[in-house]
Amino acid sequence: MSHPAQAPYADLFWAFLRTGLFGFGGGPAMIPLVQQEVVKRHAWLSDEEFVDILAIANMLPGPIATKMPGYIGFRIAGVAGCLIAVIAVVLPMIVTMNALLAIFSHYRDVAWIHGMGQAVVPVVMVMMGQLTMDFWNKSRMALGWGVSLAMAIVAGALIYLVGIHPGAIIGVLLFTALLLRPTHRHEQATP
Amino acid sequence: MIYFELFLAFFIPNIIGYGGGPAIIPLIEAEVVGRYGWMSAQEFAETLALGNALPSPIATKMAGYVGYDVAGIAGALIAVLATVLPSLLLMLGALGLLYRHRHSPRVKRMSQWVRPVIAVMMAWLTWSFFSEGLVGAGLLHTLLIGAASAIALLRFRLHPAFVILAALVYGGLFLG
Repeated sequence: MSHPAQAPYADLFWAFLRTGLFGFGGGPAMIPLVQQEVVKRHAWLSDEEFVDILAIANMLPGPIATKMPGYIGFRIAGVAGCLIAVIAVVLPMIVTMNALLAIFSHYRDVAWIHGMGQAVVPVVMVMMGQLTMDFWNKSRMALGWGVSLAMAIVAGALIYLVGIHPGAIIGVLLFTALLLRPTHRHEQATP
Repeated sequence: MIYFELFLAFFIPNIIGYGGGPAIIPLIEAEVVGRYGWMSAQEFAETLALGNALPSPIATKMAGYVGYDVAGIAGALIAVLATVLPSLLLMLGALGLLYRHRHSPRVKRMSQWVRPVIAVMMAWLTWSFFSEGLVGAGLLHTLLIGAASAIALLRFRLHPAFVILAALVYGGLFLG
């Protein structure tokens, strides 16, 4: 507030460092923290602007927790602001992750460390199962039971039985969704 | 060309993965474990476990780790840029266009149509973690740890970091 002419690089860095460090549970869980910093603490954006930007970020693929800081950083302090915001969010935990996994794989041959590695697999299985249900429920609500199931089965068969790259299938779906004239809300089960 | 492969392995999941970081995980697995074989399913599970226990976005943590593991600091940089840059550039470059179409049924359809495909890939990945658990921890421990963490995560809404930590302790004591 005291120096309005100067680009708030340090503020940007600390704001997004905090969102990165307290943002447990992946990108989507970090949105309220970003809002806290950007709207409430620093008043860089109004509530309406934030909601609009979030809506636009959700129209695009890719992680939400880097699109928001990157865009907000750019809007406030240009290219440098964009870089600072993204680095503050992602870098600390990338370094931490690499360090921890380096220690882990160094001692992988020690029996009890090996056991630790095996014990986390069922936990990750449960988490992935939880995500599966999450995406399935959202899909069922938007497209209905029949269409969701048909699309899942056809896509699953094409990816895992025929061996088509998932990118090709999703790419075709995205293009069809974008180009096909919207008529009824629910139709078109397969690419 | 390892750098180009790394770029593609993270560019493709992030340019088609609607639904934020979690949606990208099965797509990254398809590249990193399935296509290029940079990691085993076991290593991918371990990386994902640690990634879920630490804060900050999951997609960039995975990119930063796999990239570094495969090709050092340059590899990490390329994988992270391939993750962050495409959608960020689209957002910066086409904000006006996107803003005008934010209520368009076509755009809404895009993320809706991708979801069943992501869901089936997630289901497949869940299954592959199960069979990995059978090989490593064995049926009994897999069911035991799986049931305990399901109760902790779903019923008591315990933080994933604590559940991972508890599993590490259990594994160190009983699976060593």
